[in-house]
Amino acid sequence: MTATISSPAGAPHARIMSVGSYRPERVVTNAEVCELIDSTDEWIRERSGIVERRYAAPDETVVDIAQAAAEKAIAASGIRADQIGFVLVATVTHPYPTPSAAAELAYRVGAIDAAATDISSACAGFCYGVAMAQDMVRGGSAEYVLVVGVEKLTDWVDPTDRSTAFIFADGAGAVVIGPSDTPAIGPVVWGADGEQLDAITMTQSLTDYRDNGGPRFPTLAMKGQQVFRWAVSKMTVVAKEALAKADISADDLAAFIPHQANMRITDAMVRSLSLPAHVPVARDIETTGNTSAASIPIAMDRMLSSGEVPHGGLALTIGFGAGLAYAAQVVVLP
Amino acid sequence: MSQEILDGLAVIVNEVAGVPVEDVQPDKAFIDDLDIDSLSMVEVVMAAEDKWGVKIPDSEVKNLRTVGDAVAYIQTATA
Ligand SMILES: CC(C)(COP(=O)(O)OP(=O)(O)OC[C@H]1O[C@@H](n2cnc3c(N)ncnc32)[C@H](O)[C@@H]1OP(=O)(O)O)[C@@H](O)C(=O)NCCC(=O)NCCS
Repeated sequence: MTATISSPAGAPHARIMSVGSYRPERVVTNAEVCELIDSTDEWIRERSGIVERRYAAPDETVVDIAQAAAEKAIAASGIRADQIGFVLVATVTHPYPTPSAAAELAYRVGAIDAAATDISSACAGFCYGVAMAQDMVRGGSAEYVLVVGVEKLTDWVDPTDRSTAFIFADGAGAVVIGPSDTPAIGPVVWGADGEQLDAITMTQSLTDYRDNGGPRFPTLAMKGQQVFRWAVSKMTVVAKEALAKADISADDLAAFIPHQANMRITDAMVRSLSLPAHVPVARDIETTGNTSAASIPIAMDRMLSSGEVPHGGLALTIGFGAGLAYAAQVVVLP
Repeated sequence: MSQEILDGLAVIVNEVAGVPVEDVQPDKAFIDDLDIDSLSMVEVVMAAEDKWGVKIPDSEVKNLRTVGDAVAYIQTATA
């Protein structure tokens, strides 16, 4: 007779225990961006809501940026770094296919026994990470999980490309997720639409660049209107589904924290969700730009520390981007 | 020209871009007269698709210069 193996046992629920973020020091104005593209401050403000953004220093790496945010989240969580069982880093800008940014980060922050891996889901990456961490905590494969969204997009964006240069920026946000006696992370609604791979992609692969050269190192290429259309139509449906699955109405929300893609996408989503006027909406893009996987935790941290939203309130988070990947869930704010 | 479609479109344009309903007239150009930019136009198109159950492909959107063009397109597509 075959012996029976034991099954892992986890916590009844998971929650976000803390959040931390890091915005690089250098402020870059629209005027500075317009030195390399044919555009104006007015156009950029109107089409994206961005007034300024942050760029990392040339010698600041993705892991450096991630570490700055992660250390704040760990310090605020009340647990020790060596209690972390898994480190998940959502990023598409770590310049090494291997080893992962997560393995380096785990070592640097002192998560000595943690498993570690990166998530490649672009602007949806943070919400993917929260959902995966929740499943780990509930499934018993990790008691505490560090989830970081981090990007240094300036390494992968062509500063002379007027369809992307003014949008993307650098930054990091992190949360620690651990056990909870009560539900504090709602069911995730997620997916990826590979049929629209070309909506946000790279100008060429790294291996094509190596073999064929060409004038330009691979950079991000985006079909702005296609992305806008998809985000506004499909993401509203996804956001509503996340509310329904959490058994929450929009009226119960203390905050709406969408990926900071473009203020115009946020405005359109707020309209089509018929979000009640009393619900604060994250508009961090104005001074941070679009930091892809980092934008939601950076915005969350800012809304909490400014007192705009209460600790313990309910927030609807939704990430969406290249893939086209998306994920949404309702969370209790730390 | 269908008055019903024109009225419906005027409500959409008002909701998306805050343009007064009475300004949305057939001879008005979305971008030049009503100050609707390309992103608001995408929103107007999506709302029209929902309302009338029609499909307005991206390639067609740039041909819809005036409100009248859009009314005519929707009218034909729903006929
Ligand atoms: C990128 C984006 C702002 C471009 O706006 P758009 O309205 O689609 O722009 P278009 O390419 O249709 O161009 C519209 C006009 O603006 C001009 N234009 C385009 N880029 C410009 C720029 N950077 N500065 C000034 N003018 C610009 C075009 O030349 C065009 O002018 P014309 O009508 O006189 O020919 C918009 O598509 C967008 O933000 N989409 C969503 C992308 C996003 O959020 N990505 C992140 C996903 S994670």
